[in-house]
Amino acid sequence: MKKYLPLIVLLLGAYSVASNLFIPATPAGSFDLTAFGRLPVLVNGRIKPLDTVARTSLLVLQNRQRVGDPASKEPLVASPAEWLADVLFAPAKADNYPTFRLSLAESPELVTLMGLTDKQINISYSSAMMRALAFADFVPKVRSRFSFNQIAPKLAELDRQAQLAEPVEPQLRTPFQKAVVQLRERVMLYQQLKHSLQLPDSPDFVSELGKFQQALPAGVEAVRARQKNEPYNETAFKVMIEMAKRYEVMESMGYLLAIPPADNDPNPSAWKKTGSALLETFATGSVNPNVMAYALLGHAWREKQPGQFNEVVHLYRDQLARRFATPLQKSDIETRFNAAEPFYKSMTLYAAAFFLAIFSWLKWPDTLGRSAFYLTLLAFVVTTAGIATRMWLEGRPPVTNLYSSALFVGWGSVGLCLILEKIYRNGVGSVAAGMIGFATLLIAHHLSLSGDTLEMMRAVLDTNLWLATHVVVVTTGYAATFLAGFLAIIYVLRGVLTKSLEKSTADSLARMVYGIVCFATLCSLVGTVLGGIWADQSWGRFWGWDPKENGALIIVIWNAVILHCRWGGLVRQRGLMALAIFGNVVTSWSWFGVNMLGVGLHSYGFMDSAFYWLVAFVSSQLALIALSGLPLEKWRSFRVRPASA
Amino acid sequence: MHAVVRQFRDFFVSIRLTVALLILSMILVFWATLAQVELGVWGVQQKFFHSFFVLQEIPHTGISVPAFPGGYFIGGLLLINLLAAHIYRFRFEWRKAGILLTHAGLILLLLGELFTGLMSRESLMRLNEGETKHYSESYRQFELAVMDITDPKFNDVVAIPEAVLGDAGIVQHPKLPFQVRIHQYYPNASMQMRTQTPGLAPPGATAGIGPNITVMPLALNVKDSEGNTPAALVEMIAPEGTLGTWLVSPVLGQPQTFAYQGRTWEIDLRPQRYYQPYAVQLLKFSHDVYAGTDIPKNFSSRIRLTTDDHHEDREVLIYMNNPLRYAGLTFYQAGFDPNNDRNSILQVVRNPNWVMPYIACVMMGFGLVIQFGIHLFGFFRKRSAAA
Repeated sequence: MKKYLPLIVLLLGAYSVASNLFIPATPAGSFDLTAFGRLPVLVNGRIKPLDTVARTSLLVLQNRQRVGDPASKEPLVASPAEWLADVLFAPAKADNYPTFRLSLAESPELVTLMGLTDKQINISYSSAMMRALAFADFVPKVRSRFSFNQIAPKLAELDRQAQLAEPVEPQLRTPFQKAVVQLRERVMLYQQLKHSLQLPDSPDFVSELGKFQQALPAGVEAVRARQKNEPYNETAFKVMIEMAKRYEVMESMGYLLAIPPADNDPNPSAWKKTGSALLETFATGSVNPNVMAYALLGHAWREKQPGQFNEVVHLYRDQLARRFATPLQKSDIETRFNAAEPFYKSMTLYAAAFFLAIFSWLKWPDTLGRSAFYLTLLAFVVTTAGIATRMWLEGRPPVTNLYSSALFVGWGSVGLCLILEKIYRNGVGSVAAGMIGFATLLIAHHLSLSGDTLEMMRAVLDTNLWLATHVVVVTTGYAATFLAGFLAIIYVLRGVLTKSLEKSTADSLARMVYGIVCFATLCSLVGTVLGGIWADQSWGRFWGWDPKENGALIIVIWNAVILHCRWGGLVRQRGLMALAIFGNVVTSWSWFGVNMLGVGLHSYGFMDSAFYWLVAFVSSQLALIALSGLPLEKWRSFRVRPASA
Repeated sequence: MHAVVRQFRDFFVSIRLTVALLILSMILVFWATLAQVELGVWGVQQKFFHSFFVLQEIPHTGISVPAFPGGYFIGGLLLINLLAAHIYRFRFEWRKAGILLTHAGLILLLLGELFTGLMSRESLMRLNEGETKHYSESYRQFELAVMDITDPKFNDVVAIPEAVLGDAGIVQHPKLPFQVRIHQYYPNASMQMRTQTPGLAPPGATAGIGPNITVMPLALNVKDSEGNTPAALVEMIAPEGTLGTWLVSPVLGQPQTFAYQGRTWEIDLRPQRYYQPYAVQLLKFSHDVYAGTDIPKNFSSRIRLTTDDHHEDREVLIYMNNPLRYAGLTFYQAGFDPNNDRNSILQVVRNPNWVMPYIACVMMGFGLVIQFGIHLFGFFRKRSAAA
């Protein structure tokens, strides 16, 4: 049994990964929301499936993809796509879903401002068990998500507060002002979604469009006659003006560019908003069939006619396939990628590998160590597949923004850990891989809350050559510096707190740290210099003292300091470890700290809540350095025997 | 060897000095990065990197004292340390080839940055579609141009640089039949029509548009995003007496003219110009965004380059990451005027050392690869021997 444990662990892990990969077929007689979610629209410069729109919108609105109320176990909708269908086609229903994040802990003033009552805020669990858990703070006592209807009465006040706050520079806003602006942006996004395919106040958009089509000939004639100062039909004229006003609202409010370009339009990215397509009707004389298709979908959705819904989805898709075969294929893969959640799965795998490897130091080093190694390998393969899919979808090298840099730092570190584990087979590589893999994916998850992570590249950055070289190499340098730091943490914690750090393990850890620091020096130096060359190519100066450049430079210098200290005999094992841990501080500052300054060409992601995490991380690293400074006789591993350090 | 000399030598070749300097440079870079929020990139470069000491003002006194070694100090010492250590300990071994190469590359990089700091020049060329220019303009240096425009075929220009204006004295030039007396020079100022701000002291200017305008001096702005708008009060004094006092400033929009001895003169305070023996004409500026967004996808300027000797006349497309290198200058697509989509801004850089970092990089990259390759190879050999 023990012999087969690693294999069993691997199979369990593989099963959990595979379980999400295959989407079950829709049973007959129900809505084919998978097919609906795969329909492509153009948003933020990119053609993407509605499924992605649904997921990223939910993340932006409420920081998670599940729609539900904490008082009941069952979610309110089965999938993000179902939620989106309600928002687009049955907004009256969607207005009741608690999808606006508004946390009492984060901004109590805003909760008050929005006039939420205690009854709306407090959760009353039906089971006694849950009540007990809530009492003990294991499950939340208060709600942090509210519905549009709950906040609607105070939207005018929210607008007023947002107008007061917006002129203030983002960095200088108070927490209340930030919360106000954020909530207003969320409300805007939600309203824009509602106006994307139909007008939310229209009782039945299909019949509205039908009436519009009928009224069109007389109306257009009346408008023309009036322009020529001839007698005209006033009723028909007024109907036209009324309709034009309605569709102008749709044009200005709509979010999705859902209507594909006409067959004779040479520009394949000239997708339009529904409102714009409807306004064109005044020139073309007939309602755009794609607008009609979405209106029919909405009708079928509201009237609960799955057969009709599924048929319209498939017909619409078939006629798109004539011109947009490749985008459709990408949309399909992206939907599958969304459902597979490779990074979420890997996070669990890394956590499991971490604990298995830790236990391997206490018991069954061989069996548990191998199990941990297999799980790490599996997680590495899954993240590799995830990153590769993102690269294929975007047509870009792996690192294009902060989110993808987090993925890549984790991937690179874990790759190096796998090599170390293969060489040393002592569990250290797996522990470090589990720790870094989990942490970087967690960071990536938090970075994904700001919206779609497959973004378009600004003109300056639009060059695959430099993205593939400078950015990749420098990010690998980050990954290696972090890895050296985490290996050093393992050394310090094992040495101080446990007796498990024997001389051979200590020596091999020291060799690992040294080797990784060499690699980190190479990557960060070459990467930084390549960045300089890019800068020289793009805007004519090799070095501009931009904050991100400085951050990379500091990493290079720090790695050089470590190497010189070691070569010059200024430090031995323990000193090397302390220096390597400080490398974590330096790297975290370069990676995130400089972006918080809000200056320079590289400041593409300003985040303020992350600042507190950065401070906490830096403090923890300083504490660990202090710990490494403990006299040797206080180290549990070194107490008995004389140490080489 | 004398003990003192030996002490000196030991100090300069020691690896402790290297480590200390590296740590100091790290602190300097870190501090400078934080200071960018207040000072901007340009101010930070002057204060921290292109200096021997970082001067810090003691609060409420106006006295500046050296607070930290500056870029030249640390870089210079590092260079000495590096050279001294290599000369002192130099013994060629293949085992150390990588380290030698890396350090030689580093020396080249440091020297290259020093030369670049001393010799490079950045300027801007703003062009509307169809416009032709022979010159680029400085970002932050201004000059007072006094021009004889009597002959329609050419202008005779005397340009007085900002440094001279700042000294506020009298300028006499063989090409000018009058003296130029600088009464006041404001490196940064805001201007308003007098009609909007009644009740002020009488204006200093007596001629041109100046008497209608009031000048309020502002603190010098070192941030990159917001430039300075200087102003000056200048008097033209001929042998027979004053010709008048003018207020000059780039914000006034156009030069002011006056006549003296039958010739027409123009005066203008303008960004310092650097002339080239060729003309650049903007034919077409394009600016695309991604569908449905404001994210810029591409900027490009199609320009026509014509040399004065007419041996060269061609069209060039300059776009992001694709500059034009010509006659020692490099033209980059830098930006555009957000209010005018037919206006392109090119950055014009003169940097005779631009290849040095490239060579340095190759040397350092190879050096490290060789060195760590030797380590890695040795490590695996030892392991396989042990196994």
